[in-house]
Amino acid sequence: MNDELVLSLRHVTSGYREGGPFRKGAYQEVLHDVSFDVRHGEILGLVGESGTGKSTLARTILGMVRPDRGEVIHYTKRPQMIFQDPYSSLNPAYTVEWSLEEPLRIYGKYDAAERQRRVREMLALVELPEECLRSKPAELSGGQRQRVSIATALIQRPRFLIADEPVSALDVTIQAQILKLLRQLRQELDLSYLFISHDLNVVYQLCDRVLVMKQGRIVEHGTVDDIFDHPREEYTRQLLAAAE
Amino acid sequence: MKRMNGYLKAGLLLTGFMTLLIVAGYFWTPYDPSAMMAGPKLSGPTLHNLMGTDNFGRDIFSRVLKGAGTTFAIAAAVVAIGAVCGTIIGALTGYFGGVVDEVLMRLNDALTAFPSILLALVIISVLGPGNKYNVVLALGIVFIPSFARVTRTAFASLRDVNYVKSARLMGAGSGRILMVHILPNTIQVLLPAITIGFNNAVLAEASMSYLGIGVTPPDASLGYMLSEAQSMFTAAPWYAVCTGATIILLVFGVGLIGEGLQRRGREVD
Repeated sequence: MNDELVLSLRHVTSGYREGGPFRKGAYQEVLHDVSFDVRHGEILGLVGESGTGKSTLARTILGMVRPDRGEVIHYTKRPQMIFQDPYSSLNPAYTVEWSLEEPLRIYGKYDAAERQRRVREMLALVELPEECLRSKPAELSGGQRQRVSIATALIQRPRFLIADEPVSALDVTIQAQILKLLRQLRQELDLSYLFISHDLNVVYQLCDRVLVMKQGRIVEHGTVDDIFDHPREEYTRQLLAAAE
Repeated sequence: MKRMNGYLKAGLLLTGFMTLLIVAGYFWTPYDPSAMMAGPKLSGPTLHNLMGTDNFGRDIFSRVLKGAGTTFAIAAAVVAIGAVCGTIIGALTGYFGGVVDEVLMRLNDALTAFPSILLALVIISVLGPGNKYNVVLALGIVFIPSFARVTRTAFASLRDVNYVKSARLMGAGSGRILMVHILPNTIQVLLPAITIGFNNAVLAEASMSYLGIGVTPPDASLGYMLSEAQSMFTAAPWYAVCTGATIILLVFGVGLIGEGLQRRGREVD
């Protein structure tokens, strides 16, 4: 693991105004002066209670929300995202094969045969049988859907992936399988992750470093061992106590 | 293909039968629909004239076949205009939102506030009455708001769903997201809206022609024939009954399909 960076956030502050297009309401700050780096090859955990702005941070990184101040610097192209709910992350109108091929069609650089080859290669990487290709999402289990979502996110070959609570909606046994898969994929495809979770046990199993977020601020950061063994902040201790 | 339910089966059967009659009517009718003396004047239903004859001795069954064809074609064209324009407007406003959405939807509210027949009357009087294409255009415009509303809601609800977000992340353009990623998922609300719209269009055309501002001779539609039948209701009640029954069967069949589609949609959810 070298220290090359895949993402930097510098003093990112983000918020929204309440009200519709004609009325401007009060300004709500969601992220406050957030700075951190994601290093090449690492899995960076982001923990905190719900409503602390974790998802807004993900959306800001992906450019769905424009930061009001500060900057988001990407060192890789086309970062992708895996969502929590595997039921809404696949288009119910289409087969798995279509959903997997669509990012390549959008990318537009490969002919049909090459797209097919890449779809099958990616399907093997996420350890799904070829029969799945003809299924609609409704016919798959939660774990299978999450595998398809991961494959869809990875088929454009991003180097950096944001996973927003990717296992929270799954059974514990399935969780373990998906976490194992994410670890394997990091090795095989040379990926870096920002792994967002409220579940500290999952973060402990998977991540290299951890950011602790509270009310839009990064209150503590360090390696997994640092944070879990020697938490400095009271808030982190509370989170840890709640997870036991 | 998803499961069929009883409503859908019955509706498809009835509508299929009516469509068959209408299509057959385009190519062949027992008598020329406007030929006088196809049988005795004001004759009741007989084996020669299945639905009897009118005061000129014209064969009512032939006229009903022809008239149902006109009504069907007008309703289909009206729904096509309403659904296509409504879907485009609804898709754009629902997906993009913002000021354009607010303005268009208030305009929509304003249009919906008028009774639709009244609105169609106004448009007809501007375009000029007595032409079936103007009837189609007027009713088509009147039908846009309801479709726009339905599709707007569907597109707005799917705008931020995860698979749309990830399509955006993949670099899909707005056009592709609207047409390829969202539109197929709105079919479930669009199809019932189309069936309901079709029925409303049949009834609207019938009432406009009945009021004399719709189809004019030599074209005959079911509504026009109903207004003709009214003047000879005591002498030839079968005329009004057969024409009215045809309208009812046409609307009932499509209504069953709509109900079936809605029930199937609920089952899927």
